[in-house]
Amino acid sequence: MSAVMSTSRPVRSDLQARQIRKFKLQDTLFHQLTLLFALLVLAALTGILIALAVEALPAFREFGAAFLWTPVWNVPEAQFGALSAIYGTVVTSAIALLIAVPVSFGIALFLTETCPVWLRRPLGTAIELLAGVPSIIYGIWGLFVFAPLFARHVQPYLQTVFGDLPVIGGWFAGPPIGVGILTAAIVLSLMVIPFVASVMRDVFETVPAQLKESAYGLGCTTWEVVTGVVLPYTRVGVIGGIMLGLGRALGETMAVTFVIGNANRIVGSLFAPGTSIASTLANEFGEADPGLHISALFALGLVLFVITFVVLAISRWLIQRGLARQGK
Amino acid sequence: MTTHRTLCKLSTLAAALSLSLSTLAADITGAGATFPYAVYTKWAEAYQTATRNRVNYQGIGSSGGVKQIKARTVDFGGTDAPLSESDLDAAGLVQVPTVMGGVTLVINVPGVESGKLKLDGPTVADLFRGAIRRWNDPAIVNLNPGLKLPDLAITVAFRSDGSGTTFVFSNYLARQSASFKNEVGAGNTVNWPANGVGGKGNPGVAANVQKIAGAIGYVDIADATKNKMNFVALKNKFGHYIVPTQDAVEAAAAGANFKVKGMAPDLLDQAHKDAWPITSATYILAYEKGTDAAKQKGVVDFFGWALNNGQKMAEDLGFVPLPASVVKMVEAEMKNIK
Repeated sequence: MSAVMSTSRPVRSDLQARQIRKFKLQDTLFHQLTLLFALLVLAALTGILIALAVEALPAFREFGAAFLWTPVWNVPEAQFGALSAIYGTVVTSAIALLIAVPVSFGIALFLTETCPVWLRRPLGTAIELLAGVPSIIYGIWGLFVFAPLFARHVQPYLQTVFGDLPVIGGWFAGPPIGVGILTAAIVLSLMVIPFVASVMRDVFETVPAQLKESAYGLGCTTWEVVTGVVLPYTRVGVIGGIMLGLGRALGETMAVTFVIGNANRIVGSLFAPGTSIASTLANEFGEADPGLHISALFALGLVLFVITFVVLAISRWLIQRGLARQGK
Repeated sequence: MTTHRTLCKLSTLAAALSLSLSTLAADITGAGATFPYAVYTKWAEAYQTATRNRVNYQGIGSSGGVKQIKARTVDFGGTDAPLSESDLDAAGLVQVPTVMGGVTLVINVPGVESGKLKLDGPTVADLFRGAIRRWNDPAIVNLNPGLKLPDLAITVAFRSDGSGTTFVFSNYLARQSASFKNEVGAGNTVNWPANGVGGKGNPGVAANVQKIAGAIGYVDIADATKNKMNFVALKNKFGHYIVPTQDAVEAAAAGANFKVKGMAPDLLDQAHKDAWPITSATYILAYEKGTDAAKQKGVVDFFGWALNNGQKMAEDLGFVPLPASVVKMVEAEMKNIK
């Protein structure tokens, strides 16, 4: 800078002007470049959507909107409907969340409120590591280790306890074969827990210490602090974490394919084999016959896309509403 | 020191050169059926060691293989379901078999040892369409006097992914029973009954059969042997009960006539007295008139080499090599790949 100062006036302004122009150019280039990157995402998204829609068109033309509520999936006779796959996807994800949310909440609560300080790091790291385990590992473990144990010890027990109850008994009917909707849901819940738990822990940690300490100072118990201070303060983040888990559960492919039993039908029992959208795609895409079969698979993909979109939209809406309530 | 360094540089250069030369030779690419994937890649590995030519095979599925070769994106396609003569003519393709295999029935019935349970085609068809639901059903008991069968529910273990194994097995059963053909159908993916459970790949089916008491499933001979599973003795057309072995598969090929266009005779349910009934071959497809003569020659050279040098490798993997007389015919047929 001092070198610039010492030169004569006109040269300096010229230099400055050139410098400014250079900076401007750099700024514009940088702006354009980042804009391009951002647009790439949008282009990929639209591209995928268009490709799915175009490929799915023959199936929708053949079966109409009834594709969505027909449970038949008959490849040899080229009759396709998405309902049994939608049912499997929604039911496994719902049960997975039913198990994962309370457990994750407990984990996050323990880590942030009652865990001894020396244990916090190792436990937190373990959970993050669990989130990094590839899904195929969960699938293989589920099929070779968990399913046989589940069939031998848990399923007969569930049948003796709930088997005779009117509606609930039906959920646990059928031979205990280990693989099926419930097994898939439990394996899914294990996969979702690390995600939901680490998000919950992170948001619980954002609660200002003064707030919690004031509550404790007023004589609140830990439970009262959590329900009265931590949860209301972090509601938005918690919902976000749950939705992240739901997103993962809906789209999970490999692990589910291994343990869901892959039967294209809707059976009331949770012990019965079923199928999900992602697992049907994984199973049948490779050897699908050209024509309606391929098209129906693309249509399934489109349905999954829409379901995921709706879940995202709902979570956005919940978060917006939460923010509005907090007056932010 | 300097000489050493120069030598080093020279040898690197030489290595780079030889690498690029071998790339130039004729790298060929194939894609298709997953069933022969293990043997094709094994052959490719040995072939590269022997001749420095590289062969790349991707197991993307039979229908994918047919699609890819028709689109000319690969040098050869692999398929378990042979193309018909008219299809071959229309697309200008040559089709030859490379290796055979058998689909076996495996069971997990407490108290029943391997090879002791006898079944015939129509009974198996009834089992796999869900018409027979318990192991002590009279239809099974009548075929097995003296065998103690438990009062246990039958679970049918099937392939959830579309596969050539399912194609062969369902085609065999569809011939045994009209009801099977109507209810379940025949193809890569079919409508299995409600007491069924789907596993991904041969290993998935093998695992389900081994874990579920009362299960019956179908896998390749290779996987059944590898996993030490319990076989079923199946009645063949001659009337003998056969336990699946490589010899029994070979016997099925002995009686078949390969002198047809496409070289795809029907190997199912052969009349030979030792023939295993559920036998099939896998095929490759190549262009009669290719655009790249070097690659066309590469395909012919590779499979010519493999059929003469790769029998042992195929057997070790649980496949069954083509009989010598058929190998001669394949070599003659491959002369049409130009």
